[in-house]
Amino acid sequence: MANIMRVAEHQNQRKTATRSRHIDVALAGNPNSGKTTIFNNLTGARQHVGNYPGVTVEKKTGTCEHHGIKMSVVDLPGTYSLTAHSGEEMVARDYIINERPDVVVVILDASNLERNLYLATQLMEMNVRLVLALNMSDVAAARGIKFDLGLLSQLLGAPVVPTVGHRNEGTSELLHAIVSAATNEQPEHVSVSYGKELEDEIGRISDLITTSGTPLGQYPPRWLAIKLLESDQDVRKKVGSEEILGAVEQTAERLEKLFGHPLEVIIAGQRYGFISGACTEAVRSTVEARHTASDQIDAVVTNRVGGLPIFFGLMYLVFHLTFTLGDPPMGWLESLFGWLGKVIDSWWSPGSESALRSLLIDGVIGGVGGVIVFLPNILLLFVAITILEDSGYMARAAFIMDRFMHKIGLHGKSFIPMLIGFGCSVPAIMATRTIENRKDRLTTMLVVPLMSCGARLPIYALIIPAFFPHSWHGPMLWTIYVIGIILAVCSAKLLKLTLLKGQAPPFVMELPPYRLPTLKGTLIHTWERAWLYLRKAGTIILGISIILWALTNYPKKTDFGRVYSAEIAAAESAYESDPETLAAKMDEIEQAMQAEELAYTMAGRIGHAIEPLLRPMGFDWKIGTALIGAFAAKEVFVAQMGIVYAVGEADEESDPLRERLHESYTPLQAFCIMLFCLVSAPCMATVAVTKRESGSWKWALFQLGGLTTLAYVLTTVVYQVGSVFTAGAG
Amino acid sequence: MVPLSLIDRGRKARLHTVCAGRRLTARLASMGLVPGVEMEVVNSSAKGPFIVSVKGTRLILGRGMVSKILVIP
Repeated sequence: MANIMRVAEHQNQRKTATRSRHIDVALAGNPNSGKTTIFNNLTGARQHVGNYPGVTVEKKTGTCEHHGIKMSVVDLPGTYSLTAHSGEEMVARDYIINERPDVVVVILDASNLERNLYLATQLMEMNVRLVLALNMSDVAAARGIKFDLGLLSQLLGAPVVPTVGHRNEGTSELLHAIVSAATNEQPEHVSVSYGKELEDEIGRISDLITTSGTPLGQYPPRWLAIKLLESDQDVRKKVGSEEILGAVEQTAERLEKLFGHPLEVIIAGQRYGFISGACTEAVRSTVEARHTASDQIDAVVTNRVGGLPIFFGLMYLVFHLTFTLGDPPMGWLESLFGWLGKVIDSWWSPGSESALRSLLIDGVIGGVGGVIVFLPNILLLFVAITILEDSGYMARAAFIMDRFMHKIGLHGKSFIPMLIGFGCSVPAIMATRTIENRKDRLTTMLVVPLMSCGARLPIYALIIPAFFPHSWHGPMLWTIYVIGIILAVCSAKLLKLTLLKGQAPPFVMELPPYRLPTLKGTLIHTWERAWLYLRKAGTIILGISIILWALTNYPKKTDFGRVYSAEIAAAESAYESDPETLAAKMDEIEQAMQAEELAYTMAGRIGHAIEPLLRPMGFDWKIGTALIGAFAAKEVFVAQMGIVYAVGEADEESDPLRERLHESYTPLQAFCIMLFCLVSAPCMATVAVTKRESGSWKWALFQLGGLTTLAYVLTTVVYQVGSVFTAGAG
Repeated sequence: MVPLSLIDRGRKARLHTVCAGRRLTARLASMGLVPGVEMEVVNSSAKGPFIVSVKGTRLILGRGMVSKILVIP
């Protein structure tokens, strides 16, 4: 064992010597420790987001410089410990062991130190150079917690730097500590002592590992021994040797009889004991009252009576603000694209027929422009979701909804992916990973697309103002979202009663303290979203818009059923003295001609072919073509409606799309369009991520087929029943 | 020794054992729910989940969990 230790030390020294001008840093920490804020402070805008190889855990990397020394910083996934139970924890520990970063910075929430240090105790066992960042030290100070930094650093065997992430305080001190830790020739090393019985066995097993010659050179033997005693499945597989595993099993059996608890519990208990010891010596709490502001807010927000109304009120506020605040910038974008269309139009002589002009104005501006116009709404929605997440309210929502979710056979945790689903189904389906039970996870995954995502918002934003009076806008949007929630709940219940039967599993979750979301964090997050949306508009939506434009324009009809030129001439001579009637007559003729032209195109033919199927829902073939496009990305629906209604209009002042829609459909049809778009086929990206996360096409296709059938049946019923009522009223 | 579900809101108790599967027990231990630790019931309801305070952290424990955790009041 001693030999290997020396080799490892030697390697470390060599690394330090040859790469003294470049330091690899990894940031570790609990999910709510403010790790991301520190990462943003260290790296600024020099960030890169990717994935860890082979897994779908997000990997953020960045660079920074301190007194000429370059550093690359990796933001490890936020974890509470380093077991093999979750993908994030595996990623974090594999990274530390395989990549051997020069320094690991553990971000600790100073106001919740004991819990946060648990991760640090595990890192101590991995023979890495640690730097501890005592983050949110202002909150701790406000609560009357005082730290003896020197003593704490001595007890934990690592430098301790106080920081305040959201005010960017302590960043340069942290950088300084990182540099000195990386260049320190003799790093001190402290590890948890597990008591005589356990320590004897840990020593015996690590010696066994060293002498057995198993090729596990990069893993510290002591760490391996502890992990084996904790029955870590991943390490057991890696070690593989029957001899060692047999010895571990014997030991575990003997010790568990002695202690009366599983060894994992004993080991965790010893770590907490070590932390508790250190904190008793180096941390003083001058204020006895433990009821913090966070608890006081919780008394109201998680109240048995008040909790639910507050939750629904907040949701309403989010949708109301999304609409009202998004309106003015939307108007600016609309005028911008209108102006752009006119500029492009002026490149051609009036009245000339040009395929390129039609492509640019009807296809690109009508399609992509129509989608980009909704960027303000999308951004506001994402700002709201980010704030709900970063402030800690999401976890409260899980608590509030738990009793209710229990009734449908799930627990409160399933509610968080559903809320994220309001932003986008793809990250929401990925967020189901926190649900341990497979059946629950599948159920949640399958119903997540019913939570109306941001891409569907443009559809509502287009349709609601076109058909409903101003005072209805907020309530109408809210209704659509609530219908989605109700459907998700009913479908989940149905799935849990039939295909995915099973008991509700135990529900345990950390409740983070409330936190004011930082402006920088919110802006970075929102910018990432905006960029994704714009990139989607510039790539997939642009491509589909061009295809749909071509389908809606070709083949060109030359042989018409009626002789329009003769009709125009006849009308001109008949109503020469009555310009108003003439204009109306001309409009009528022109519309008939456009309808005939459209019907002749590919889109027209496809639309007409499926129209009998869509009739019961009150949809015409134009909506049909838009729905096909919407499968690629929901926003395409808006783009296609723009294209369909712009065709043949490029040479005259075209009505805004909303007015055209208002002329063409009834409010009932409009509602049915929104309902169908809400429920029907999730977009391609969602189907793909469901396939990946569920591990089979079976569930992805089931989701696709099930939701589309549900949408079809539901919309048909609503349209048919609604038609009876509106006919009765009329 | 009583199940945690019988502890009133605002009262404290010491954890004795968790009567659950090995994996869950280990997970709870890593969250600080180790034998002997002091916990306070912050929020409770007749049929819903509990919020408990352990080592300064708030944890949501589902209804099923609360009856599996034995404590000494």
